[in-house]
Amino acid sequence: MAEYKKPTSEKEFQKNFKQKKPLMNATEAYYEASRCLFCYDAPCVQACPTHIDIPLFIKQIHTDNVTGSAKTIFDSNWLGNACGVVCPTGVLCEGACVYNHQDVPPIQIGRLQNYATNSVIKASKEIFKIGVPNGKKVAIIGAGPAGIACACELRTMGYTADIFEAKDKPSGLTVYGIAPYKITNEEVLKEVEYLQDQLGFHIKYNSEITTKKELQQLENEYDAVFLGVGLGKTASLNLEGEDKKGVIGAVEFIEELRMKHHKIDVPKKVVVIGGGNTAMDAASEAARMGARKTVLAYRRSKDEMGAYGFEYDLAISAGVDSLFNATPIAIVGNGKVGGVKFAKTEMVDGKLQTNMNNVFVVRCDLVIKATGQAKQGSFYQLIDDLDIDAKTRVVVSEDTFQTSNPNYFAGGDAINGGAEVVNAAHDGKMAAQGIHVWLNK
Amino acid sequence: MIDLSINFAGIKSPNPFWLASAPPTNSGYQIMKAFEAGWGGAVWKTLGVPVVNVSSRYGSVNYRNTRMMGFNNIELITDRPLADNLREIEEVKKYFPDHAVIASLMVESKKEWHQIIKDVENAGADGIELNFGCPHGMCERGMGSAVGQEPEVLKLIVEWVKEAAKIPVITKLSPNISDIIDPGFAAFQGGTDAISLINTIKSIVGIDLDTYAPFPIVDGKGTNGGYCGPAVKPIAMHMIRELAQHPEISKVPISGIGGIETWRDVVEFILLGATSVQVCTAVMHYGFSIVREMETGLRQFMDDKGYNTIYDFAGKALPNITEWKHLNLKHKVIAEINAEKCIGCDLCYIACDDGAHQAISLPKEADNRIPSIIEENCVGCNLCALVCPVEDCITMVKKDDGTQHITWEERTLADDVPVTFDDDRAGGKGHYVPKPTDALK
Repeated sequence: MAEYKKPTSEKEFQKNFKQKKPLMNATEAYYEASRCLFCYDAPCVQACPTHIDIPLFIKQIHTDNVTGSAKTIFDSNWLGNACGVVCPTGVLCEGACVYNHQDVPPIQIGRLQNYATNSVIKASKEIFKIGVPNGKKVAIIGAGPAGIACACELRTMGYTADIFEAKDKPSGLTVYGIAPYKITNEEVLKEVEYLQDQLGFHIKYNSEITTKKELQQLENEYDAVFLGVGLGKTASLNLEGEDKKGVIGAVEFIEELRMKHHKIDVPKKVVVIGGGNTAMDAASEAARMGARKTVLAYRRSKDEMGAYGFEYDLAISAGVDSLFNATPIAIVGNGKVGGVKFAKTEMVDGKLQTNMNNVFVVRCDLVIKATGQAKQGSFYQLIDDLDIDAKTRVVVSEDTFQTSNPNYFAGGDAINGGAEVVNAAHDGKMAAQGIHVWLNK
Repeated sequence: MIDLSINFAGIKSPNPFWLASAPPTNSGYQIMKAFEAGWGGAVWKTLGVPVVNVSSRYGSVNYRNTRMMGFNNIELITDRPLADNLREIEEVKKYFPDHAVIASLMVESKKEWHQIIKDVENAGADGIELNFGCPHGMCERGMGSAVGQEPEVLKLIVEWVKEAAKIPVITKLSPNISDIIDPGFAAFQGGTDAISLINTIKSIVGIDLDTYAPFPIVDGKGTNGGYCGPAVKPIAMHMIRELAQHPEISKVPISGIGGIETWRDVVEFILLGATSVQVCTAVMHYGFSIVREMETGLRQFMDDKGYNTIYDFAGKALPNITEWKHLNLKHKVIAEINAEKCIGCDLCYIACDDGAHQAISLPKEADNRIPSIIEENCVGCNLCALVCPVEDCITMVKKDDGTQHITWEERTLADDVPVTFDDDRAGGKGHYVPKPTDALK
């Protein structure tokens, strides 16, 4: 079990957050690429939400046409570089690789993808063409992966694409919310810069759209609006003592960590509440920041966790302890957090029951709530005739990503409730095509 | 008790593994090192009037992650003074009296031939090999393959050599001819004691895509080299077979050369009638110690099969190698896919559908990738089994009962062969092929 020393410098931080999928060198990429069987109707392509022609880009790496390889990747996925390292490839392309049926390690598709795209980004190689200007303009709300992908695709078709971003950096959770051992800030931002340099879309930072008036202005100025607004802050648990100092949402914790690295202070004892991938990330990160004891608490059993098994394993290997079948009932402590009071849970007739006779306190100095992000429900109410489903997700047409208000299109976490970067990248691209079809009717 | 020793046309050697005349046999140092490593004999780098070589001499064909699958060189014969070579031959023989040291020779006039033969005999060489094969440089000067391509000249020089030589003479043939029987028979008629083949094949291994010069590049230019390495083995084996099946030429022993790297290669060459083997590229790639694998593998094979000497199985494949017209037209095999082993790459499907006989189908269900054989379409071509990446997953199963036997020759004699352009007796008549427009579906 790994034990991490509290990082006190950027160097120590990088050591504790060593990249899980480091950049391949040319020799490694060549040999790895040589293993690809070039399957017919390849399962990896089917498993990729953006349907990248994986056997082709791997063959292109092998034949030293790395630029062509990067082009193949970006043709399907505008965030091809980030996705190479942040995608849960084990359950997507690499999980589908036929080698798995032979007990042979699957092709390292993600790292090969990252290798190819990184090489063109590093060389600032121009590979994209802007479409002939068609005089039409699209406003994009949110510079996350969905918004960036939408903007890129629109630019290739000749549209003006203006992105309105609430924060001061592009790419949304890719830079603010991914675990630092998956990708560095620098790498995320470089990809967007590379795309922006060639495709010339605009991003207006610190420009959150919050009022009906602003939306109407966008509707007036633009031919269509794309909603890539993602999700909001960490939702409240409505627990007694939740307002104490030392209680933080996972999204906020990770964002601070990504921006400040070793400069944030993680105390000795941490409790992370939740069973999803974000909970795993937060727990892993707390441990890597030198917390002596990190407890991952989930109200149901291990098997019921929403997180991928490999993410749980990663947290455990970082030294995280787990506590299952325990639900938080209060945050205790004098002014600041001193612990979390849990009650054990059990399944009774298929329903989760809390046993108030079995209550205990886990001492800690920091509570990280990884229990889901709030939805953007109040924002959606500003848009006329916008259909929202029971889970506060924007409803879109499957093929065109058009919402019930024809001026609006949407993609990413706003429509799926929270998924991968690759899903958002796919949505944004497809929505751009939907916008194109609609505006040319 | 296995005895690997050979008596090759009077040249005795502790085993059949010889180094071919090439860079690895350039000096006494290398040959002593080789004998220490386990080689039984060595054919000294060709002696003659010393040459001047160029810098940048070798080129390679890499395939996937295999380097030097094919190899070529534009190096000439020895560039070291004859006296140095002779002194070293003498020294090697002093340390290794029971190993075979064969002097490869290439000179022009009869006088030079007689002189150099006397010199190498005095130095203690066990045999002579006549280099009639070098296809680059020396041939421009009327030697090497220039001789190998002119049976009359070849025969004349063999006669000159035989007039003077007291030790066995091996004639090394060039594959750069249309029929190996022509030079082979000329050597036989000239009175050679043995034949070795193949020398290298005229080749260009690649073109530099920036300078447009062929590899190996000598100051912006290149020339054809001599091709060797694993890639040439099939060509060598065929030529050896032709000589070994010839009623006259087969009376002299054959030393097999061409892409030999492993014990399997050695066994195959012996099965085709070679009774010594010569190796160069494998040593240039891996060093002399590669002989360990060859020797242990050969011994294991002989042990498994119950052979005591290589003569027990030399030429055993020859009765099975015949002309096409003698093959049984009633033999019928059909591919069988082992669904348990299949990993679902579907290469067999696409290889058959695009590259062969449209005899494999894919299941309709989306989650099933196990292909199946359409027996009535399968012509038993083997392609699917050849492309399948899983060992023994696709096997070719015999379907005829073995009672019927008819050959093309027999059908010809019986006047039962297609003679018109639309003959009912054509093999493909009635065989299923999809409609051309099915391709567009």
